[in-house]
Amino acid sequence: MISIKKLRKDFGPRTVLNELDLEIPAGQATGIVGPNGSGKTTTIKALLGLVKPTSGDIVVDGKSIEGEWLYRSKIGYMPQIARYPENMTIGELFEFIKNMRGSDTNRDRELLEYFDLDSEIDKRMRALSGGMRQKVGAILAMMFDPEILIFDEPTAGLDPKSSVQFKRLVHEEKQKGKTVLLTSHIMSEIEELTDHLIFMVEGNIRYDGPMRELMELQQEQRLEGAVAKMMEETAA
Amino acid sequence: MKALTILKYQWKDLLRGKWIVGYGLIYLLIADAMIRFGNAGPKAMLSISNIMLLLIPLVGMIYGALYLYQSREFTELLLAQPIDRPSLFWGLFGGLAIPLALAFALGTAIPMIYTGMIVTANLQSILLILMLGIALTLLFTGLGFWFGLKFFEDRVKGLGFALVSWLFLAVLYDGLILLAVFAFGDYPIEKPMLALALANPIDLARITVLLEFDISALMGYTGAVFNRFFGSMLGISVALSCLMLWLSIPLWRSQRQFEKKDF
Repeated sequence: MISIKKLRKDFGPRTVLNELDLEIPAGQATGIVGPNGSGKTTTIKALLGLVKPTSGDIVVDGKSIEGEWLYRSKIGYMPQIARYPENMTIGELFEFIKNMRGSDTNRDRELLEYFDLDSEIDKRMRALSGGMRQKVGAILAMMFDPEILIFDEPTAGLDPKSSVQFKRLVHEEKQKGKTVLLTSHIMSEIEELTDHLIFMVEGNIRYDGPMRELMELQQEQRLEGAVAKMMEETAA
Repeated sequence: MKALTILKYQWKDLLRGKWIVGYGLIYLLIADAMIRFGNAGPKAMLSISNIMLLLIPLVGMIYGALYLYQSREFTELLLAQPIDRPSLFWGLFGGLAIPLALAFALGTAIPMIYTGMIVTANLQSILLILMLGIALTLLFTGLGFWFGLKFFEDRVKGLGFALVSWLFLAVLYDGLILLAVFAFGDYPIEKPMLALALANPIDLARITVLLEFDISALMGYTGAVFNRFFGSMLGISVALSCLMLWLSIPLWRSQRQFEKKDF
């Protein structure tokens, strides 16, 4: 269970997150949608401790994360732009992170095979294409079997085949009772993978609740239409 | 523990980059040449320390900042892992500063060993120079980190500041002091001059070296004042303790900065 309480983040004079109050339910998949620059990535980064909030608090499993770091062992994170040390090979990278986490999992091998990357294991990160890096990021997020999975626009650089593979994997993780947090601009993806929806505009929450209810509320069959309607309403 | 894992990786990566070996070789060549021409006496050591006083701050600051920019991906990757920021900071800092210090110390010491200088010359002076070089490396790498963190999004600015501060501390500072002496020579300015000498770590190191070898002709204005005020032994200890104080400031500041930073 993740609760965000009155979270505020200012970058200079610009307020990116404006007193955000959120509950991200455990064991469910939550999608965050919103226009560019609405604060989705900043929320996720604050949750990971990458961005220090101006005020407010984030509580993970009943404990505030301020000044804490051990809680991150429960989290697997796949960033929007996957950047890794250029000189490392895939194998070295996984080995290194395993050392850091003190784990000797074999799940990375399975996942490499799953994404057809097992033949590339000795390639350096700089030699990989954008999509391959995304896959490495996905494996890195999932290989330690964490309770909480966070994906920031995971399928943006993936080809259709890998995208389907990725979504199937997320579905499996969801089935196992993991808490999944996902941002995306592809509404069909959100619709497919998540149950709970958060809609953000300029650092404020516009909708927070079950996805079905939003669609009923907006009298739309598809999420895309419902979200588009909501965006129009906020623009007006 | 986690800082050690980071150190191990960083060192492997540095060695793969090979320039750290080149950096050590520069000192090896310089020390070898100086010992050959300077007959393994204090003259050779003085020349070595003169070069070290210019080169170490420059390389430390530029590479400190540059390295921070280069390991940005690495830092971002690790920040999402269960590790506390101080460990990560010291891992990053040690990953660069320790190899730099070692490259200097080995590059300088090896020619002294195979030429037998280590036996013939004053061991205390040799050790003092090595210690000073190591302290300067840590100090200026820390300063480089500080600039790098302060201008994390703007590399040109960060590197520019590093370069300008090197120019100021290593080259312009003594000139400015002379100018001040020239302008205010009629007033009792010894104590302010002393304060100015304490304010520049490169000057402090230079004064320590000159006091150790007792060469007042080369001391420059600040060195001479220092010598007159403290005498040799006390002078060296005051200068060294100020240098230690200097070492802690950039490291403390950059660790604080690293802990508060948004990535």
